Amino acid sequence: MADSTAAPHAAPHAGGAEGTKRDFLKLVAAAGAAVGVGSIVWPLVNSMNPAADVLALSSTTVDLAPVVPGQAVTVMWRGKPVFVRHRTPEEIALARADDKMRLPDPAADAARVKQGMEQWLIVVGICTHLGCVPIGNRSTEVRGEFGGWFCPCHGSHYDTSGRIRRGPAPANLAVPPYAFEGDTKIKIG
Amino acid sequence: MAGLHKSEFENPVIRWIDSRLPIFTMIQKEYGVFPTPRNFNYFWNFGALALINLVIMIATGIFLAMNYTPHATMAFDSVERIMRDVNSGWLLRYVHSNGASMFFIVVYIHMARSLYYGSYKTPRELLWILGVIILLLMMATAFMGYVLPWGQMSYWGATVITNLFSAFPLVGDSIVTWLWGGFSVDNATLNRFFSLHYLMPFVLVGVVFLHIAALHITGSNNPLGIEVKGPADTLPFHPYYTIKDSVGICVYFIVFATLVFFAPNYLGHADNYIPANPLVTPAHIVPEWYFLPFYAILRSVPDKLGGVLLMFGSIFVLFVLPWLDTSPVRSARFRPIYRVLFWVLVVALVVLGIAGAKPAEGIWVVLSRIATAYYFLHFLVILPILGKFERPLPLPESISRAVLSIMGGGGPLPGGAAAKPAMEKA
Repeated sequence: MADSTAAPHAAPHAGGAEGTKRDFLKLVAAAGAAVGVGSIVWPLVNSMNPAADVLALSSTTVDLAPVVPGQAVTVMWRGKPVFVRHRTPEEIALARADDKMRLPDPAADAARVKQGMEQWLIVVGICTHLGCVPIGNRSTEVRGEFGGWFCPCHGSHYDTSGRIRRGPAPANLAVPPYAFEGDTKIKIG
Repeated sequence: MAGLHKSEFENPVIRWIDSRLPIFTMIQKEYGVFPTPRNFNYFWNFGALALINLVIMIATGIFLAMNYTPHATMAFDSVERIMRDVNSGWLLRYVHSNGASMFFIVVYIHMARSLYYGSYKTPRELLWILGVIILLLMMATAFMGYVLPWGQMSYWGATVITNLFSAFPLVGDSIVTWLWGGFSVDNATLNRFFSLHYLMPFVLVGVVFLHIAALHITGSNNPLGIEVKGPADTLPFHPYYTIKDSVGICVYFIVFATLVFFAPNYLGHADNYIPANPLVTPAHIVPEWYFLPFYAILRSVPDKLGGVLLMFGSIFVLFVLPWLDTSPVRSARFRPIYRVLFWVLVVALVVLGIAGAKPAEGIWVVLSRIATAYYFLHFLVILPILGKFERPLPLPESISRAVLSIMGGGGPLPGGAAAKPAMEKA
């Protein structure tokens, strides 16, 4: 009985290398499984990206009218503090004078404010070193050697344009995207 | 070197890992070459499906927990936020809620297979008992999970079920206060249910591991209910049952996807989209469908404590089933009377399920009492007696004999398989 059964599966696949059909099927199955796994993993991972309500809170409007020259206030934007400083002409001049100095993170003051509204300096109030909130908004607070802000954590000094001048911070205080809506209102983000 | 496992793998990286922690050897042994009866039907897929379902529930649950707030004032809204604002949040929620239903569908069919083919009989008694423990853990997890969205059904279902424990004399009320953490189902209850709901699935994973380990000691049962006698009766798990399980998984996903994408709220209750209100009880408090038979048993007894005891008793009889059934024959295929009674039990359970959803009035009370009576009669009276009197059909000599005889005496098979049964001693 044994010899009468010529098992068909032992014969090589005609017209190609042996086992080609099986390899093809294995490849297709593996590819299908990969697509399946990807389509399952993607929604899980993407669910951790900001949700619609978080994205909706990504803009803040600030009324500038109550901020007098020489005064600075802090507003919240995307969970972060943003310094809104109404600069005096002396502060602007101080910032401009240092434009050509050797700065750790070179930037012209004019590039960090809006044209025609140079008295308004809007920067994110997070030290670019390790993330503390620098002090100096109030005139009674330490403002560091350059008249801007001072970070008490590791001693970074920022000038009246929010640029890093001395200390371990590698970059200037970030300028967030913002636009003027009329003369006394801005929308950040 | 002393103590290192002698790995048989060639790849040097795999070998290095395997000799220090023989996972690859273990997988090769338990799921690669593991001798599995060659006559499995698709009912043997459901254990693997249950495991996959558990993984899906844990994955979706963990990501849901990233956005859920377990506080009575915020829970309902946090679930709605998941549905509306979180990326793919609706998908996570619907997969998790319908996944719970799928889990019970799969496990109930898995258990039905065991009842029909006698998989609970010796030497698989402990395997069966571990399975009943898994069922209990699933029920506890599902119950607590349903409370979390803090809808009307969540709140009132929790109230009704926790109040059951007040049926116990003397200590009943203290137990209920202790469960609640207060004087009614409230924030304290919600918080602890969330903690335990997160915990239970991992306890479940541990028990599932034991369940599978026990299975691998005894080996699987098969539709004929006769033990494996030699290699001719078995096939290596891979590729035969890995592929067969893959087919089953595809069908399972089709059913799952149909629910999730086309009828995500079909198995749920509309009242749970109403925020919980301690001052207003819904007209009909109904648990999720998978608890309906037990709910019907609970309500079929007019006495409060009696109902509670009978409801817990309905699970307890499952624990001792291996000792209740006295028949030496495993598979219902060869037990003509038991076969019929099995289906009567199924009908009784379906009746209980339907009755559980109805108000406890009129014909439904009568029907649930009859069905409850039959349920306990079946396990406690019929099974012990039947084994003594039933005349079973003649059992085949071996699995391979039975398989080959179906195929007409070894026709298209390679010669080896046909020759072997003649050579091996029965």
